[in-house]
Amino acid sequence: MFVLCEMKDTVRIAPHTFHKDTNDSIIHALNTKLANKVVHNVGLCIALWDITKLEDSYIFPGDGSHHTVVHFRYVVFRPFMDQILVGKIKSCSKEGVHVWLKFFDNIIIPADSLQHPSRFDEKEQLWAWEYQTEDGKHNLYMDVGEQIRFRVVDEVFVDTTPTGPDGKGAEGSDMSDPEAKKSPYTLIGSISEPGLGLLSWWNS
Amino acid sequence: MEVVNKSVAMLSNYEVYSLLTDIQAGRGQKKPQKSQQNLATITYEVVQYLENTYCKNLSPEIITAFMKALEPFKLTKAEKLQLLNNRPTAAVEIQLIVEESEERLTEDQIYLLLDIIQKHLPGETRGRME
Repeated sequence: MFVLCEMKDTVRIAPHTFHKDTNDSIIHALNTKLANKVVHNVGLCIALWDITKLEDSYIFPGDGSHHTVVHFRYVVFRPFMDQILVGKIKSCSKEGVHVWLKFFDNIIIPADSLQHPSRFDEKEQLWAWEYQTEDGKHNLYMDVGEQIRFRVVDEVFVDTTPTGPDGKGAEGSDMSDPEAKKSPYTLIGSISEPGLGLLSWWNS
Repeated sequence: MEVVNKSVAMLSNYEVYSLLTDIQAGRGQKKPQKSQQNLATITYEVVQYLENTYCKNLSPEIITAFMKALEPFKLTKAEKLQLLNNRPTAAVEIQLIVEESEERLTEDQIYLLLDIIQKHLPGETRGRME
């Protein structure tokens, strides 16, 4: 579920940090910039893996900082398609089951990707798998907080870069715009196969 | 910023776990400072998640031996990685991870695979995410 991503960036090191080790300052700058952020079409950045190359540093007129092009590798959370992950159920809604992984919670298993047949219990606000056995139907509820094994079937990246004042979305309606609250990276899961779903379903 | 290669290599949970615990302990990289809330949060949360998988019991030697033992099965890299990360304990889990497992693995091979996993990867059966 984690990959290494090779990136290149120009890092600006301000003069007041010149007394520190340059490498440490660069690591600090990169981690401050990227950790716990989603990079569009890359994934959720976790931490710096290593620096592969430092190019020459430059000083520009009017700025005492030095600017260095850094080649580095970063640990990124980006499950590949069809990967099997284990998470916890955060909530259930009509749309499906929401899952979280402690550090990442934009995972949804849509209603049509649940075990078949499943139904939504309006009273409990939970999804249940109507499991057929010889002695009738069993409702296997998907309680909040239960561990769930699911397959990653799709990912959605939304560009959340703010639009400029002359952009289309800046007509003062930004606050109520549902687009504004969209998460930049969402995973779509599925549990419609044997072996997937709550861990307790398959343990016995 | 420029992304040169989106995915140079896949990392196992163990590798990420050891990197992050190193960061938290200040080995190699410096500990996250007060100004680095984001780094401190994400390392803490990911370590929390990984500590509840069995991967904290692993070591590089165990992984090497496990990968050697998997060689005869002709699995893909991604499949081996998932076997390592998820440590399946039932045949149905193997069928999930290995694509077209009915054609590629016989039933005996699946049980052999489960035996190898049991033998090589240490861990209490399943104490995930409490």
